[in-house]
Amino acid sequence: MFLVLALWIVILSLSSEHFLTATNLLNVARQAAPLIIIGVGMTFVMSTAGIDLSVGSTVALISVLAGSWLSAGLPAFVVLPLLLLVGALLGSLSGWVITLGVPAFVVTLAGLTSIRGLAFVYSDGYATPIVNPVMAWIGRGGILGVNAPFLIAMAVAVLGWFLLNRTRFGLHALATGGREEAARVMGLAINRIKIAVYALTGALAALGGIVISARLSNGSPNAGVMLELEVIAATVLGGTSLFGGRATIAGTVVGALLINFVRNGLNLLGVNPYWVQVVTGIILVLAVLVNTVLSRRVESWARATSEGDEGNAE
Amino acid sequence: MSASLPTPLVEMRGISKSFGAVSALRHVSLSVLPGSVVGLVGDNAAGKSTLMKILAGAILPDSGSILIHGRPAVYDNPIGAREAGIEMIYQDFALVPELTVAQNIFLGREQVRRRWGGVRTLDTARMNRRARELFASLGLRVPSVTSPVQALSGGQQQAVAIARATGFEAELVIMDEPTANLGAPAIEKVRQTIEGLREKGVAVILISHRLEDIFAIGDRFVVMKRGEIVANREVGDTCSEEIVAMMVTGRDPRAEGPTA
Ligand SMILES: Nc1ncnc2c1ncn2[C@@H]1O[C@H](COP(=O)(O)OP(=O)(O)OP(=O)(O)O)[C@@H](O)[C@H]1O
Ligand SMILES: [Mg+2]
Repeated sequence: MFLVLALWIVILSLSSEHFLTATNLLNVARQAAPLIIIGVGMTFVMSTAGIDLSVGSTVALISVLAGSWLSAGLPAFVVLPLLLLVGALLGSLSGWVITLGVPAFVVTLAGLTSIRGLAFVYSDGYATPIVNPVMAWIGRGGILGVNAPFLIAMAVAVLGWFLLNRTRFGLHALATGGREEAARVMGLAINRIKIAVYALTGALAALGGIVISARLSNGSPNAGVMLELEVIAATVLGGTSLFGGRATIAGTVVGALLINFVRNGLNLLGVNPYWVQVVTGIILVLAVLVNTVLSRRVESWARATSEGDEGNAE
Repeated sequence: MSASLPTPLVEMRGISKSFGAVSALRHVSLSVLPGSVVGLVGDNAAGKSTLMKILAGAILPDSGSILIHGRPAVYDNPIGAREAGIEMIYQDFALVPELTVAQNIFLGREQVRRRWGGVRTLDTARMNRRARELFASLGLRVPSVTSPVQALSGGQQQAVAIARATGFEAELVIMDEPTANLGAPAIEKVRQTIEGLREKGVAVILISHRLEDIFAIGDRFVVMKRGEIVANREVGDTCSEEIVAMMVTGRDPRAEGPTA
């Protein structure tokens, strides 16, 4: 995937002089930020062999709540933590139902429709303008020329990488997705792990919703439509297995950037924007194909060599 | 029972367990002396695995109690059982294919260190080192403790499962058909492992359909049928015909049967 990203960047920089400018690159990074933020959560969910289809709807609900609470005059330092809490609670609710034995696909599909429904009921279908200095900074501010959304995304990615690769929680999430029965008889708290990964993803969907609303300066029930598919695409593109046990945060970041570079590049080349959706779909299938076929090749190769060693020793 | 007998290492008393309508265990009692090797045999679906999973904390019984060194055991999960010195090698090895050899060995009891004022991080280097030492001391060979388990052969995966169960000062190691699907060299390795454990004073419960293994390295047979214990026999006091007959009929010919 890293290779594909590099190749695409080279091709584009040769064919459009606007592509390889700092402004454009930072722009792509900003557009990719919500995808990276939510993709980190999705990486954890997928490491447990789960899936969360409700993240786009959570973005919408968080967006209307942000608009409504901020315009009611509540200060941002109260509203923002509260929004993260709402996201985490929605996620834990899905996680809890999943531990009862309902497939994650079904539970979060139900979340996809009912949470967006809630967003429309709450807002009556109207968008609310957001005028707030903190939100303005999140949407348009930055540090040393790097925009705030991308900075937030990088912070989330670094923390997510740490959690996945350096703590018991990340290891236990991978073990749960790799072989649940083995994890269970080794005494891992599987239900707690599952609830935690969905809660984490809910909270990160809320953070993504905050960034998106801040960028648009309004709280809209139409925010985040189809976002779940882009997040899943970015995560799988990066090399995280849909079947659990194998996950990479760095891959997710690259996957999210790649999707947005493709979109940006096609834009610069003057391609009809509707084609972007088509191309994204094709890339997704190719990525999964490459991931599964390649990793199977590598596994059988590794097994063949290790058995060869054993044979020589006997 | 006379008072001169040593306290059993483990005693299961009146264990019952049903799965829905299936009654898998009916009031089963079993005791294991320290350092002894018990062969648990019986037909398919006799309840052997279920009984052992209860002892290993992976399943909770509906009723009955477990005593360790004569004191009631209080664990209700596998970690508790492992802390009480009971380890189990599962029929399918219970390894996570994507995790490394070392990660599998330490799964559930990872070594951590505190950093930056309290954040607990995995001490991967130390676990890898200890896993290597463990394999060396057991005389087992794996390609590398950092390779994923899915890259290992069946015999190597079994070595990982054995190392995990025997590397942590267990007092009792349960092996659920450890020789199923294995070639002759790997079966020989299991025998050596059990003998090594016995020399260290570790007790072993061996579930196996290979009676000759239990005659070779065991002390005692426990025969089960349809969720009940049929008989206990010292290895020197029986023959395979008698054991097979009891496995099939579910009756102990030496016990006084109901008056005909
Ligand atoms: N998780 C479960 N759910 C439902 N029934 C179960 C479960 N585990 C075991 N059983 C049932 O309990 C009975 C005893 O099964 P168990 O696996 O303990 O037998 P076993 O003696 O180990 O047999 P085998 O030699 O085939 O391994 C069987 O009838 C089995 O179908
Ligand atoms: Mg069994």
